[in-house]
Amino acid sequence: MEDELAISVRGLRKAYGDNVAVAGVDLDVHRGEVFALLGPNGAGKTTTVEILEGYRRRDAGEVSVLGSDPGSPAADWRSRVGIVLQGTGEFDELTVGEVVRHFSGFYPDADDPDKVIERVGLGAKAKARTHTLSGGQKRRLDVALGIIGRPELLFLDEPTTGFDPEARREFWELIRDLAAAGTTIVLTTHYLDEAESLADRVGVIAAGRVVEVAPPDRLGDRQAALATVSWRTPDGTPESAQSATPTALVAELAARYGGEVPGLTVTRPTLEDVYLRMIGH
Amino acid sequence: MTTTTKPAAPVTGAPARRLGAGALALRQGRLELTQFLRSRESVVFTMGFPIIMILIFAAIFSDEIAPGVSYTQYFITGMIATGLMTVSFQNLGIWIPIERDRGVLKRYRGTPMPKWVWFAGKVLMVVAIGIAETVLLLAVSVALFDLELPATAAKWATFGWVAVLGVTACTLCGIAISSLARTARSGSAVVTPVALVLQFISGVFFVFTSLPTWMQQVAALFPLKWMCQGLRSVFLPDSFGAQEPGGSFELGRVALVLALWCVIGLALCLTTFRWTTKRDG
Repeated sequence: MEDELAISVRGLRKAYGDNVAVAGVDLDVHRGEVFALLGPNGAGKTTTVEILEGYRRRDAGEVSVLGSDPGSPAADWRSRVGIVLQGTGEFDELTVGEVVRHFSGFYPDADDPDKVIERVGLGAKAKARTHTLSGGQKRRLDVALGIIGRPELLFLDEPTTGFDPEARREFWELIRDLAAAGTTIVLTTHYLDEAESLADRVGVIAAGRVVEVAPPDRLGDRQAALATVSWRTPDGTPESAQSATPTALVAELAARYGGEVPGLTVTRPTLEDVYLRMIGH
Repeated sequence: MTTTTKPAAPVTGAPARRLGAGALALRQGRLELTQFLRSRESVVFTMGFPIIMILIFAAIFSDEIAPGVSYTQYFITGMIATGLMTVSFQNLGIWIPIERDRGVLKRYRGTPMPKWVWFAGKVLMVVAIGIAETVLLLAVSVALFDLELPATAAKWATFGWVAVLGVTACTLCGIAISSLARTARSGSAVVTPVALVLQFISGVFFVFTSLPTWMQQVAALFPLKWMCQGLRSVFLPDSFGAQEPGGSFELGRVALVLALWCVIGLALCLTTFRWTTKRDG
């Protein structure tokens, strides 16, 4: 079981009429991995994920999720998969506690509802009707419902949209917890810092195809790209140079200035730079 | 958020404590009922409408339709039938599109909940509200307008099966018609005119035999007319059977047409029901 793939996709295709949403996606996600799917709107992220979740039928390709074809899954498959969709419905008239408790009844090995509510940071809102929650709080409820069944595999479709920075950090902690406990996580996001901070590997999807899959620090040969060294001359003029050997350049500058180099920075292309280049900007 | 975690997969081979089918259905029914009772508009509309109508009718037609038989005794049958149609057909035809549009149904589909449980929950809710609403209507009519309740066990039995068959047919048709609405808002626009026209042509607001013959024949294609007719056999003296279009209350035909609509409704549900909106593919 150790080295088994949680998800394996070969040649996945899906078209809506003449509009080809997914044009041959290949993808492997290992068990225990946090995998981020990045891509612009309309690139086929959500279609791909919803096929993996068993919501949509595919036109062609091989798909295996936890050993089952999501189009005709094994009996217990749904209880092993947790899903946090993009913008799903609320149960306006019910309280947070009622909803989470109700959904826990669907799973054979559900987690304790109160514990899960606490864990997603809604402890103080357990008795509140869901329609009184803020956007970010509703999203936490979505996450609670996604993890209540203690899934082996958790899908998160743009989970932190609408979160304030503090809530996002807290959410990232939760994801790290789940990953540390062995949950495989597939995440789509618009936030590159989120992918960089959470994901073991990132897949970039553009125009219905996977352009590249790599750990975030290696995407687009990031670590091999030229570094930019910037500093200020004694009269305050900004100066910068591209270098394949930035350490040598910094040493030389240090020697030239006899110690501290004013305004020194060394940068490599950010994930965003690489990503924007990959999706064709 | 706490950092306590549980392994994603069960550590021991402890038997899964999955709820039984009956328990799943009952708690789904309770959840649906709770949601209904907490939305004040639907409670007032569903429970109050038939009572308001009987109050108006009793005020307008205060005399007798035949010696010793008040108009209320006649119109109560239409109000009971309308009430049953409101809680089933209209209630579901309006609410399901809203739930579908909000993504509530999609969320359920992402859980291991067996599909039938959701339908069972709706049916239990309809039955509970239907009983409560009918009892209330009868109580008000007995208290204010000296309504005579059925005197024999046979009449109560007829009341029972006409109500059950009628509610079943209307529930299935309500679920089926919910798929016609493309958005949350359009459910009421699709359902209300159908219900209103049926009420006018089926003898709810007028003495059925006073309607034009062609209208009676159109009404005979749909369940409401037969529900009213079956209930007339319960609340009116047996001698009134001779005034029906068929020369008797035709209970056999009542059962046949209602059962046929159950089959049609079920077939439509099975072939057209959607868990997601059209734009969700």
